Amino acid sequence: MSNNAYTRIVRDGLWDNNGVFSMLLGMCPTMAMTTSATNGFGMGLATAAVMAASSLLVATFRNHISQEVRIPVFILIVATMVTLVDLAMNAWMHELYKVLGLFIPLIVSNCLPLARLEAFAAKAPIVPAFVDGLCMGLGFTIALTAIGAVREIIGSGTLFADASLLLGPSFKFMELRLLPASMGVLMMILPPGGFLVTGLMVVGKRLLDLRAGKEIQMAGAHGIA
Amino acid sequence: MTLPSLRHGFILGAFCLGFGLVLAAIDQVTIDDIAARALEDRQNSLSQVLAGVPFDNNPATDTVRIENADHKEITVYRSRLKGEVTGVAYEIYGSGYAGEIKLMLGVDADGQVLGVRALAHHETPGLGDKIEEKKGDWILRFTGLSLANPLPERWKVKKDGGQFDQFAGATITPRGVVTAVRGGLEFFAAHKARMTEGN
Repeated sequence: MSNNAYTRIVRDGLWDNNGVFSMLLGMCPTMAMTTSATNGFGMGLATAAVMAASSLLVATFRNHISQEVRIPVFILIVATMVTLVDLAMNAWMHELYKVLGLFIPLIVSNCLPLARLEAFAAKAPIVPAFVDGLCMGLGFTIALTAIGAVREIIGSGTLFADASLLLGPSFKFMELRLLPASMGVLMMILPPGGFLVTGLMVVGKRLLDLRAGKEIQMAGAHGIA
Repeated sequence: MTLPSLRHGFILGAFCLGFGLVLAAIDQVTIDDIAARALEDRQNSLSQVLAGVPFDNNPATDTVRIENADHKEITVYRSRLKGEVTGVAYEIYGSGYAGEIKLMLGVDADGQVLGVRALAHHETPGLGDKIEEKKGDWILRFTGLSLANPLPERWKVKKDGGQFDQFAGATITPRGVVTAVRGGLEFFAAHKARMTEGN
């Protein structure tokens, strides 16, 4: 594959065909985990790890997985990777696990990894599949962090609260208090805030794309050539 | 059974077997570390709720299992000083706004609360989660109380005629916690002899 093709994959994953803002996939963790920027960021990274690993595996075995049983095999691979991340985090990144642990199993039910396996990794060589899984996952991370940041600022008045739990004590400087706690709008942390912010951000992304003269991609999960 | 479907079944079976083996291997690699982390967590919460009494043993490993009023086996952790039980700690369960609230209760040998900490809950962020120690000092107000202080009819939130403040916008969560703590103290009163055996 040419450099151009890789640029395309990276741009698609991070922005043009962003899993949340363009394809509207993986809404369950998007709503559940964006009560703060830190939670969204952690969930995004865990998802990115699972996506990169499962894309790599599916591409490796793509010639051995028959068409008829591909979906159960994909689910098996995603579930195995999620369990791997779950156990490894519990054992070796325990502080982070205490924050995210409850939500890691949710990645299995996230349709974004499955959609990318079906639409891309099952037909692509190993390296592009890995890059696609990773970039789609990072795009997911960007989206969750952005939604989480808006909800957290309006809802609790903070930004990246508890980031030091996630990234280590040296990231304490990221934990900001922008508004007094009494000004927090609780609704933004509850489910309605998730829907509102996500919806407005989808609109915002399309407006930006329109201004840049891009065609709006509405092709969903199968929109890659 | 036609031949192609056998082949698909074989492929699916092979993947299941392969990834099953991978999972078993990961489980083997992580099992000790995960058990160690769980023990550390328990020691952590125990040392918080037993902080008010002196002890020289490891309460996380000095346990006795006792059935509570709901026929649930509760593991009671005991702190000892020179062999004498100075305090006990165990998990108590309250019903909150969104499911069960799991708390750790520490009680000294005379039945006074040493401390309460929330271990796990699903209460509303910003409202019910003020029962967490890092989000407010509400949970600390139980320290020093017992079944005699306040009297049983005052072991309620203010809205129900008791003495405990509820939070603005959340009554169900504090009500669940207060009820759970009172139940925990009654559990201690009913099984004091077994919990402090050896004294």
